[in-house]
Amino acid sequence: MEFIKTLFNFPQVHEWLGQAGYPAVYLGALAGAVLALLIAAVPILMSVCLSPSRPSAAKKAAYECGVPPVGTAREKQMVRFYVVAILFVLFDVETAFLFPWAVAYDMLGLFGLIEMGLFLAILIFGYVYAWKKEALDWVY
Amino acid sequence: MLDLLIVLGKIAILVGCLLGGAAFLTWVERKQSAAMQDRIGPNRADIFGFTLWGLFHPIADGIKMLVKEDLRPRFADPYIFPIAPLLAFFPAMVAFAVIPWGGTLKFGAEPDLLLIPLQLADLNVGILFIFAVASISVYGVILGGWSSANKWSLLGGMRGASQMLSYEVSMGLSAMGIFMIYETMSLAKIAQAQGDLFFGFIPAWGIVLQPAAFVLFMVAAIAETKRVPFDLPESESELIAGYFLEYSGMKFGLFFMGEFIEIIVAGSIITTLFLGSYQIPYLGPEGLQIPGLELWAMGPNFIAILQCMAFLVKTAAMVFLLQSIRWTLPRFRYDQLMKLGWKVLFPLAIANLLVTAILCLLLT
Repeated sequence: MEFIKTLFNFPQVHEWLGQAGYPAVYLGALAGAVLALLIAAVPILMSVCLSPSRPSAAKKAAYECGVPPVGTAREKQMVRFYVVAILFVLFDVETAFLFPWAVAYDMLGLFGLIEMGLFLAILIFGYVYAWKKEALDWVY
Repeated sequence: MLDLLIVLGKIAILVGCLLGGAAFLTWVERKQSAAMQDRIGPNRADIFGFTLWGLFHPIADGIKMLVKEDLRPRFADPYIFPIAPLLAFFPAMVAFAVIPWGGTLKFGAEPDLLLIPLQLADLNVGILFIFAVASISVYGVILGGWSSANKWSLLGGMRGASQMLSYEVSMGLSAMGIFMIYETMSLAKIAQAQGDLFFGFIPAWGIVLQPAAFVLFMVAAIAETKRVPFDLPESESELIAGYFLEYSGMKFGLFFMGEFIEIIVAGSIITTLFLGSYQIPYLGPEGLQIPGLELWAMGPNFIAILQCMAFLVKTAAMVFLLQSIRWTLPRFRYDQLMKLGWKVLFPLAIANLLVTAILCLLLT
């Protein structure tokens, strides 16, 4: 309870953020996040209080266009979805490396261009490899 | 104490605008689709006999969602099933915290001058914050799809997750040219830099400097918000409603509202990065300065309010464009969607990045 009380004590939170090394502007983002969660949670709680609850077996069955559901829903999925996830991890992490480079590009100059050109060449090599191995194709 | 009040006031304005805007958008969407398909659209809900072109329908919808029975399917996960709509709704709201929606309000004189920037939090990694928070909504989609224990939902969730992942890469890459040109990732600084002029008369907006990135970013943003022509996760004619098929009542309402808020956020990010944010061409800190004409002086607070309205108008125009696309185009096939994301947008975004890098080096 004491913890919840201090959580709403904004000057205190402000101080914690400062001690943890976050600039004060993060307070606004934090307050926004807390309020967004509240705004999402309040209507759900309200609907719990206001709505009737009269479940029946038919109501609680999985909806499969009116036909009685067959088997379980937790079935095998196509392997393509996992390939996409792996590709995403590869390429998105590499884009994350590009962000600081893009911001500091003016200071790095030609050096930055060549270095990042090498990095991008490796990235593009991997991309071409993935393309040739048909990892980017959605085959059935 | 005053700081806290200002922060809370800004949050109140943002929340009001986003929730009100999302509710209004549900009405716009129906009326617009009705107009485009030669129907009348919603016109029945009334208060004391006044229907007001169906404007009361969003209110009626809200009440209905609150009092409707909230069912959980028998095999649905008891914990993840209620959490998924929260995860889908909350990132869209938080992303707006770092978007600047106006200049700076000034109150009082020099010793205790009070400056209020019209932005909740000016993070120096603003756009990364948006990308990071927006990625959380993937969890809402895939957990919602998986926990419903329904085949359609699971398929919709899988489709949604891999679609959002695929387009996130090109989204980040296409925005990178903007950071390179403005040399910052803080959205407030990007917005400020777009108030400059080229050759004294061309506004330095992102769309002028990065036209290719604008198109790429826009396509990726539509795919991220799962709108037509990229609405495969919820394609109603094949998966009924996809990942939120089993949700009813207010939980469905949260998915629904989250989607409309995402559209507003997408529109405002495009506005911030490419359409000059809150800047009005030739409107400087002193007043309107059209090249070749005399300065038309204005007060700082009046300018801030004008800029606020400019941001609103630009965002509304972008949202209207996204909505119009929805009622104009048919849906992609899934292999076409993946092909567009990985084989077209990704190489184009990298090419745009390299061309920008070389041009930046040559011109400076």
